[in-house]
Amino acid sequence: MDETTLVLVEIGALLLGMSILGRIAAMIRISPIPLYLVAGLAFGEGGVLPISAGHDFIEVGAEIGVLLLLVMLGLEYSANELLGGLKRSFLSGVMDMVINAAPGVALGCLLGWGPLGAMALAGITWISSSGVIARVLHELGRLGNRETPVILSILVIEDLAMAFYLPILTAVLLGMGLQAGIVTVVVALAAVLLILYLALRHGMFISRLLWAKEAESLLLGVLGLTLLVAGLASEVNVSAAVGAFLVGIAISGPLAEHAAELLMPLRDLFAAVFFVFFGLSTDPTDLLPMLLPAAGLAVVSMATKVLSGWLAARKAGIGPAGRWRTGLALTPRGEFSIVIAGLAAGAVAPQLTALATAYVLITIIAGPLLARIPDAEWFKRALRKRAAARAATG
Amino acid sequence: MPVHVDRVELPGIGVRHDVVTHGGRRLSVISLRDGGREIAIADEDDPDRCLGYVDLTDEEASALAEVIGGSVIMTQLAGLREQVSSLFTDQIPVTLDSPFVDRPLGDTRARTLTRTSIVAIVRDSGVIASPTPDEVLRAGDSLVVVGTRQGIDALVQLMSGAG
Repeated sequence: MDETTLVLVEIGALLLGMSILGRIAAMIRISPIPLYLVAGLAFGEGGVLPISAGHDFIEVGAEIGVLLLLVMLGLEYSANELLGGLKRSFLSGVMDMVINAAPGVALGCLLGWGPLGAMALAGITWISSSGVIARVLHELGRLGNRETPVILSILVIEDLAMAFYLPILTAVLLGMGLQAGIVTVVVALAAVLLILYLALRHGMFISRLLWAKEAESLLLGVLGLTLLVAGLASEVNVSAAVGAFLVGIAISGPLAEHAAELLMPLRDLFAAVFFVFFGLSTDPTDLLPMLLPAAGLAVVSMATKVLSGWLAARKAGIGPAGRWRTGLALTPRGEFSIVIAGLAAGAVAPQLTALATAYVLITIIAGPLLARIPDAEWFKRALRKRAAARAATG
Repeated sequence: MPVHVDRVELPGIGVRHDVVTHGGRRLSVISLRDGGREIAIADEDDPDRCLGYVDLTDEEASALAEVIGGSVIMTQLAGLREQVSSLFTDQIPVTLDSPFVDRPLGDTRARTLTRTSIVAIVRDSGVIASPTPDEVLRAGDSLVVVGTRQGIDALVQLMSGAG
């Protein structure tokens, strides 16, 4: 077979296989992301069925996948929602950061990966997966619950914080001297603030410029702008992902809804490719030694998420059961943790991808299951008993 | 007692409106970003949580709004009737042969001529509450009126073209 034919066969077989995995995931009601990661492991170097010819396509596809994930995330939030969330729960957001970055920093130091590793792992354990959590809230019928806005505000703040964290991480990873590093960080932050300002003040204008009646021109326009801004952002070391996220925020109103609809199928395709690619670039031989640290990190950082969520809900005046629902719902980590690991693995340690893969696999499967606990009868009974005991003593 | 309606943003999902009833139950309407609507009722044991959800289409939501809105108008009218014994409410049909079919409500000059108030128009099982003078009447409409007995009788005459 010549090269092109081989690419078609490999990519075709890969996508078909992923479709079957997606169906299995839907059947057992989990996110397909962990299955995609495992599929990537199987097709990677040292895996069962290494892919050779299609690698270039998958690599570029993965890059586009990250951008599409981020632009869609930005499209979901309007600039006003971001500001509102920030005003309402800034303190909870800071608390969330401090409590949940701690386990990552600790493990980074334990493994001897230096300040870079600690910083990357801090981000990996800090940020919850908005995608997975939004789906869990839908599925468990929690949209009308009072604690749900608390959960969503924390997710909003985390996502927005990524717009500042990723550029700083990128600058630090480039290993520049202090002076050059500071200049890059300042440039990066200025760029983020400028784009945020444009999105807030002139989002309508940007949306009007892009608006086209034909679905085709609209799709090409939004996709083009996303890739262009991402490329430029990457040029000034702001991280392409952040550029894409900000484009998503800048687009508002009916255009945002329409664009989200059009981009959805593309996002599904390329995001899946991204997760497979991440699995591909993970060396399976690294996985076994990293399994124990990953499991330990998962247990500790899920516990800290429960704690920070519990505290945030209590601060918002939510009752005991709702506090547990908040904490447990926030435990899954996902796409951002993988994006961070993908950025940092080269500069920190190759084992970082293996660690992140195992870590995300564990939390993304265990998190949604944990989120169901507060709905169980035994849990409610236990809470009632505790409340009664407290009432009796106090 | 004024009713307090809370509006809560759900970033990325939509908006939730809460009404806490006099009995302390919380009723929530969740308007999803994609246009869907859900009604939820809160758990009495755990007021943060919702017991169940009902999905409503646009048509179902507007039908529900009309049923509740219409019955509220009727009970308010009934209350009015009890307070003032000389005041009556009635429904007057707009028949096909009425001179006011396809003409604005203002053309009837009902208030000036008969001292009655048309407080609502019932149309196709829907209710137009407090209609404006430019609301165009249609055959088959039913006018909900408030006035004295003589006034209402005069309005019936007026609407049929005999006034």
